[in-house]
Amino acid sequence: MKKDIILAGVGGQGILTIAATIGTAALLEGLQLKQAEVHGMSQRGGDVQSHLRLSSKEIASDLIPEGKADLVISIEPMEALRYVNMLNKNSGWMISSMNPFNNISNYPDLELILNEIWKLPHYITIDANKVAKEQGSVKAANIVILGAASPFLGLKYESLEKAVRNIFASKGEDIIKLNLKALKAGLHYTEKNT
Amino acid sequence: MKKLLLLGDEAIAQGAIDAGISGVYAYPGTPSTEITEYIQASKEAKDKHIKSQWSANEKTAMETAIGMSYAGKKALVCMKHVGLNVAADAFINSSITGANGGLVVLSADDPSMHSSQNEQDSRFYGKFAMIPIMEPSNQQEAYDMTRYAFELSEKFGVPVLLRVTTRLAHSRSGVVRKEDLPQNEMHLPSDLRQFVLLPSIARKQYNTLLGKQMAFEEDAEKSGYNTFIEGKDKSLGIIACGLAYNYLIENYENGKVPFPMLKICQYPAPVSMVKKLYDMVDELLVLEEGYPILEELIRGYLNNGKKVRGRLDGTIPRAGELNPNIVAKALHLPVAEGFDISEILKGRPPLLCDGCSHWDSFNALNEALEPYSSGRVLSDIGCYTLSALPPLQAINSCVDMGASITMAIGAAEAGLVPAVAAIGDSTFTHSGITGLLDAVNHKAPITVLIMDNSTTGMTGGQESSAYGRVEDIVKGVGVEESHIREIKPLKRFHEENVKVFKEELEYDGVSVIIARRECIQTLARKMKEKARLKREQKEASA
Repeated sequence: MKKDIILAGVGGQGILTIAATIGTAALLEGLQLKQAEVHGMSQRGGDVQSHLRLSSKEIASDLIPEGKADLVISIEPMEALRYVNMLNKNSGWMISSMNPFNNISNYPDLELILNEIWKLPHYITIDANKVAKEQGSVKAANIVILGAASPFLGLKYESLEKAVRNIFASKGEDIIKLNLKALKAGLHYTEKNT
Repeated sequence: MKKLLLLGDEAIAQGAIDAGISGVYAYPGTPSTEITEYIQASKEAKDKHIKSQWSANEKTAMETAIGMSYAGKKALVCMKHVGLNVAADAFINSSITGANGGLVVLSADDPSMHSSQNEQDSRFYGKFAMIPIMEPSNQQEAYDMTRYAFELSEKFGVPVLLRVTTRLAHSRSGVVRKEDLPQNEMHLPSDLRQFVLLPSIARKQYNTLLGKQMAFEEDAEKSGYNTFIEGKDKSLGIIACGLAYNYLIENYENGKVPFPMLKICQYPAPVSMVKKLYDMVDELLVLEEGYPILEELIRGYLNNGKKVRGRLDGTIPRAGELNPNIVAKALHLPVAEGFDISEILKGRPPLLCDGCSHWDSFNALNEALEPYSSGRVLSDIGCYTLSALPPLQAINSCVDMGASITMAIGAAEAGLVPAVAAIGDSTFTHSGITGLLDAVNHKAPITVLIMDNSTTGMTGGQESSAYGRVEDIVKGVGVEESHIREIKPLKRFHEENVKVFKEELEYDGVSVIIARRECIQTLARKMKEKARLKREQKEASA
């Protein structure tokens, strides 16, 4: 088993929560992992990414080589476009939110962005804010996207559920339930749209 | 033992705790900050009474650590690469005094300048100080080598430099801990003049250091951190230093490289191992994350030996960090390509946060400066450096910590009047106070804007040494009380604030304007924490 995943978003959007959840699930399954994060200046509203590598064997590089990512998971549609060069051209999947985070003056037309994503051979685009709201709170949009990506991670769905419980343990039972629902809703969206 | 999932920085921190340190001394700086934060948050470290309070700057941190080593205990000192410039005087001289308790200096380099103003390679400093250097290639080695660095430091009686780069510092992986070692009892050096660097003593001490050089190299040969790996194809030999080793291995199925190679993680790199490789191959490729230090040494000034490839001959780009594809290209291996990046994609540079006080400070300053020609604001290092970019375009320099005030003095003395220095509270205590003293003594016609957000914002909100004391410090340095002004950087006080700036810009002497409002990131965090406590109390009473 080997999965190379790029997580993308804007500083402050919380891609590290997704990374930590996948990481925890991978550890539960006894996999090796490496996860390179961006700290420091870019976290102030700039583009951020994390390289997450899972494998049953030892992993060498902390960075995923260009053109070899199995998945790009993006919390922001324009940020998804930034990493299409990382995707494996034959088998790579793009999982992206359709909800723009517009903090620059020259943000492109959303329709143009989505059209670019829809040119890729394998993609899921999801209105994660809407789906999250339906589950109870827009704050769970991250986990909706994780749910949408869950069939491609090579991990058992139950491991992800356990990981969500771990990650949100300190926040109380209500928040755990909300995120478990969000995870499931994301999964259902992908099942319906593939 | 159970595997911990740790950042490279955290592995170093845990390694230091388990090596029996009694203190960690540091000033925050990306990518080194998380080491000290981990120790501060560690319950174990608390139980062991490990000192971990931030220092005012890297020099004071280094000196405090030397003091702890003098008193016989083990100390770790952490900084980013440019912090080592600040600490350099103490650092270089600590190799002459030598160490009593184990003394390890961690410097985190930032090739590609993700969060820095240069990409200097700290290994040069280690070589300059003539001390052993450890350069781990992964998180487990970061843990193991931190422990080993303390062992080396006490074995040879010298400080040891531990060097990491951004990718290892901020990448997470599994780490297995080893048994923890006890802290040292306090014990002074047997020679109480060992740390007195009077010329007569320093000459003796320096000779002692020179005399240890062969032993450092022998250790680097035997420690197991430098390894020779056989390969059948002798047309090329590869030397891979630290993290570069991973990018090399990544390019071969099951990590089987066909060429003989040398993995270097401890310096001085043993000549015998390099020679063995050099003699058996047709040409060499040197992979280093950072400057071509080893490459230059092997290549030599005249470059008249076997062909040595690397950053100097263009095989690898001269600047920037390595990655698997750069290494693949250097080896003429096929490189995968993803999809083309669309032309509609726009850059998304980092920004000051919405609601940040710096917006209001600089909007007022910009307006007050409108009557004057542009280019008058010398600034410094912090979140506010981002105000150089549109839309604010408010500052004209960012060189090194504290340089705003001193550069403003120089510019004013060259005729740029008024000149403004814009500096944050933490940077002010790091290296601005002495500059302000110069300004007072020079009676320089400068206006100093101290943006007091009560924290070290850029690195994530660590405590600021000046907390609650900026006025007292400024007064103590000798700025006239009538020209120490406080403003509240908020939109609703904009007109008032512009007026204060205008008045002080006209003053022919040193004035200090303190713009005080808490960082909105730390404020939000505090409010969240408050709400959480309230919720818990409510749940407990229900």
